[in-house]
Amino acid sequence: MTINRHESLGLSDQDVLELYRMMLLARRVDERMWLLNRAGKIPFVVSCQGQEAQQVGAAFALDREKDYTAPYYRDVGVVLALGMTARELMLQAFAKAEDPNSGGRQMPGHFGAKKLRMLSGSSPVTTQVPHAVGIGLAAKIEKKDIVSFVTLGEGSSNQGDFHEGLNFASVHKLPVIVMVENNQYAISIPLKKQVACEKISDRALGYGIPGITVDGNDPLAVYQAVKQAADRARASEGPTLIETVSYRLTPHSSDDDDSVYRNKEEVEEAKKKDGVLTFAQYLRDLNILTDSVESDLEQSLKEEIDQATTYAEAASYAEPKSIYHHVYGE
Amino acid sequence: MAQMTMIQAITDGLRTELKNDENVLVFGEDVGQNGGVFRATEGLQSEFGEDRVFDTPLAESGIGGLAIGLATQGFRPVPEIQFFGFVYEVMDSISGQMARLRYRSGNTVNMPITIRSPFGGGVHTPEMHADSLEGLMAQQPGLKVVIPSNPYDAKGLIISSIRDNDPVIFLEHMKLYRSFRDEVPEEAYTVELGKANVTRDGKDVTLIAYGAMVQASMKAAEELEKDGIDAEVIDLRTIAPLDVETIVESVKKTGRAVVIQEAQRQAGIASQIVAEIQERAILYLEAPVLRVAAPDTVYAFTQAEEIWLPNHKDIVEKVNAVINY
Repeated sequence: MTINRHESLGLSDQDVLELYRMMLLARRVDERMWLLNRAGKIPFVVSCQGQEAQQVGAAFALDREKDYTAPYYRDVGVVLALGMTARELMLQAFAKAEDPNSGGRQMPGHFGAKKLRMLSGSSPVTTQVPHAVGIGLAAKIEKKDIVSFVTLGEGSSNQGDFHEGLNFASVHKLPVIVMVENNQYAISIPLKKQVACEKISDRALGYGIPGITVDGNDPLAVYQAVKQAADRARASEGPTLIETVSYRLTPHSSDDDDSVYRNKEEVEEAKKKDGVLTFAQYLRDLNILTDSVESDLEQSLKEEIDQATTYAEAASYAEPKSIYHHVYGE
Repeated sequence: MAQMTMIQAITDGLRTELKNDENVLVFGEDVGQNGGVFRATEGLQSEFGEDRVFDTPLAESGIGGLAIGLATQGFRPVPEIQFFGFVYEVMDSISGQMARLRYRSGNTVNMPITIRSPFGGGVHTPEMHADSLEGLMAQQPGLKVVIPSNPYDAKGLIISSIRDNDPVIFLEHMKLYRSFRDEVPEEAYTVELGKANVTRDGKDVTLIAYGAMVQASMKAAEELEKDGIDAEVIDLRTIAPLDVETIVESVKKTGRAVVIQEAQRQAGIASQIVAEIQERAILYLEAPVLRVAAPDTVYAFTQAEEIWLPNHKDIVEKVNAVINY
């Protein structure tokens, strides 16, 4: 018998259904982007598939009215949960002028929106960690009750910026949560060739902060971990390093051929643990996700994504002459 | 002789030097089993083993530091930076350290490192993936900056770079990777660093270019010929050190020059060349030396790219201006 695990976390049946809806929206948006890419309509996709559970679980544990986020390029689930819409995601996929992230000026997946308190990232990975630490320092100086949440892949945890950022945040006990989404691959390079430690969270020891590893396919486990880290941050107890373990279900990007470096059996095995499937089963077992709720949900998501796609496809590109603006203040 | 694309010629050059010198090491992000995101190192790991051709963690700054350590121990590292826009992450290792160690150590340490990296526009990759940052590198004393324009030069120049005893930034224009093939000798050969190539003889005007702009210049020269203008074209091949001698010799002959770069206008290689010409050949000039360059903005997004990038028409226009001065 499946035990109700969300009630003790303070989550209602409605909350977990909304959490699932957001995970499924991220998955369906991502799947649509692959179709659009293969149809030659959008240039590039870098995917969230396999990481939705940790992304949405984490975002739900934040104060989505005031906390800051520095997401990384796979965080479709994070940005949706924080208020970015399917339409806005499609606008960035089509690189249209209305894209709130960069107006089509950056690669896809470079999320950033001031209105959502979401920092814009650069292309070299992990530069977002020191940025998030800066927000944490500002919060401390200004005595603001906010948490700065930053995500990255496990490959990125090898960058100097990871160390420099975490070290500073730890020394100064800043309200920062660093969540490493361990999807087992840095493009083609498997975890064992990336790091020699057993867990990415072991690295927390070097900074004198808590480091925890949770199942990234379980949104409730991630919710709980991020909630505790946010409580610590708000109590001025400093940063927490969280590792969420899952698996990247797609190739690195629409331009990558993962058959060069990993075998199908491994991917098929990982798909059995896919959080989108296992969490749906949890909700079915508790009779929260009934057949009719599920089919209504799929139908409404399809409509939402269809509308987003139609809108974004028809939207205008930025005028070429607009490139002259905002190089300097005007 | 084999017909090769520029990327095949680069792979062949790397293979040649891996065979020639056991101290040569090739490494970087995804260069091993995956053969690099552009396939420049395809097959090298299986041929030479994981000790000599290996994947690194995803850490540009770490790659630079690793190369420096290896070079102090007598290796000839050939690291790859996956896109040259990511060079900012490793600038400290490059400009702050490897370019200066010979100077700082009183000539007791040298850095025989060749950093390879794809760059350049016209393949619909927006900013950070297409930027021309060679000017940034050329401004750093201690570095050599090499930019091939064709497969034959690419192999000869990569071999020369690896054999060179100072750090070389070897920039590979993405648009040229697979756009055409050349006859490339299968054996080892070198193309001298710091030596420009006159790719077309002419008497009326000198066009000075490098990288993808060499093709644009050759195309412009063909068009100008129809109007009776005989252009000489110089492919710099190396922008640091600059082959000022070949440039000045040509300008003294033609009396007119247009300098072409794909990079943004300000503080570029073209400005440097114009200054060198004024300083060394002003009494031979019939007209001011003009430049063709991209506008001073962040690198263009896809819909602006074609307008933004310099092309052969821009070159023809400037040549007409100097001819009709």
